[in-house]
Amino acid sequence: MKKLKLKELESCLQQVDTFESPKLLLEQYATRPHIAACMLYTIHNTFDDIENKTIADLGCGCGMLSIGSAMLGAGFCVGLDIDADALEIFHSNIEDFELTNVNMVQCDICSLSDTMSDTFDTVIMNPPFGTKHNKGIDMIFLKTALQMAKTAVYSLHKTSTRQHIQKKAAEWEVKMEVLAELRFDLPASYKFHKKKSVDIEVDFIRFSAKKVQN
Amino acid sequence: MKLLTHNLLSSHVPGLRPGGGFPLRIEAAEVRVRPVPFNAAFVSRLVPRLRWEALREAAESLGRPSELPPEPLPDYEADEEFLRRLHHVLLEVEVLEGSLQCPDSGRRFPISRGVPNMLLSEDQ
Repeated sequence: MKKLKLKELESCLQQVDTFESPKLLLEQYATRPHIAACMLYTIHNTFDDIENKTIADLGCGCGMLSIGSAMLGAGFCVGLDIDADALEIFHSNIEDFELTNVNMVQCDICSLSDTMSDTFDTVIMNPPFGTKHNKGIDMIFLKTALQMAKTAVYSLHKTSTRQHIQKKAAEWEVKMEVLAELRFDLPASYKFHKKKSVDIEVDFIRFSAKKVQN
Repeated sequence: MKLLTHNLLSSHVPGLRPGGGFPLRIEAAEVRVRPVPFNAAFVSRLVPRLRWEALREAAESLGRPSELPPEPLPDYEADEEFLRRLHHVLLEVEVLEGSLQCPDSGRRFPISRGVPNMLLSEDQ
């Protein structure tokens, strides 16, 4: 497997086409190449959860995380998203990057039953945070991700929700580790916001998927 | 949609009996075969986790002669020929147009440009 440096990965991800008209109600925005690269690099180098693994990207959007995973040697990546327009962009990105081990499925993460238990080694995601009439959606994504993953879930959540997530993680009996604290600038949602973007603090978290595994 | 993806997908129509959503029946209108770099280590890791019967059925339903044995061969890790055939079926054959049918409910999910659309309509 080719050894990709962090800067090289970030450069490549800067070529990923992103949303032209992001749908605010779906909280659509592309994970910044720098953040995606750092996340994926950690997942790969510290935890070895990418190379030759099957990976699911929940709420994949234009596919930033899936594409980065493919570049770091993932065995197979599946991106899942509810929005056909986002998947259209993802599709063209896959062609541009000439990736042959990436697939995508259009679905609503919130209505996936638990019939897809343990279907992937790793789930990597930047889920919606629940700021647009969809409160609680971040936890639904997390719960589904934990069911789907055999080994680990890597996700981004607002730092302000950390305690709530810790409680849930304890309830679900999964180990939770905050790997980094990041600052995001998200596109502003309301016309009367003076600034073009809003800064929020975000945790990059690793969850071990199962308490007992052979 | 590659057959590896198909092997992981279940229908989530509400009210199905346990396991009633798998495997989805493939109705393919357009299939494409495209080479994908062979990764023996990866394919080998997949073997114990694949739902083998569903995979064979899927391959057969695509009109391809069954290139897979009824069960994974013993010592498959060392059997490159077997792994290559498995790689071909899992990763090189794609359904571009067609549909997936939920075995229990009969509900159909379209596949368009290689992407299955599993969205349930409002009344489901």
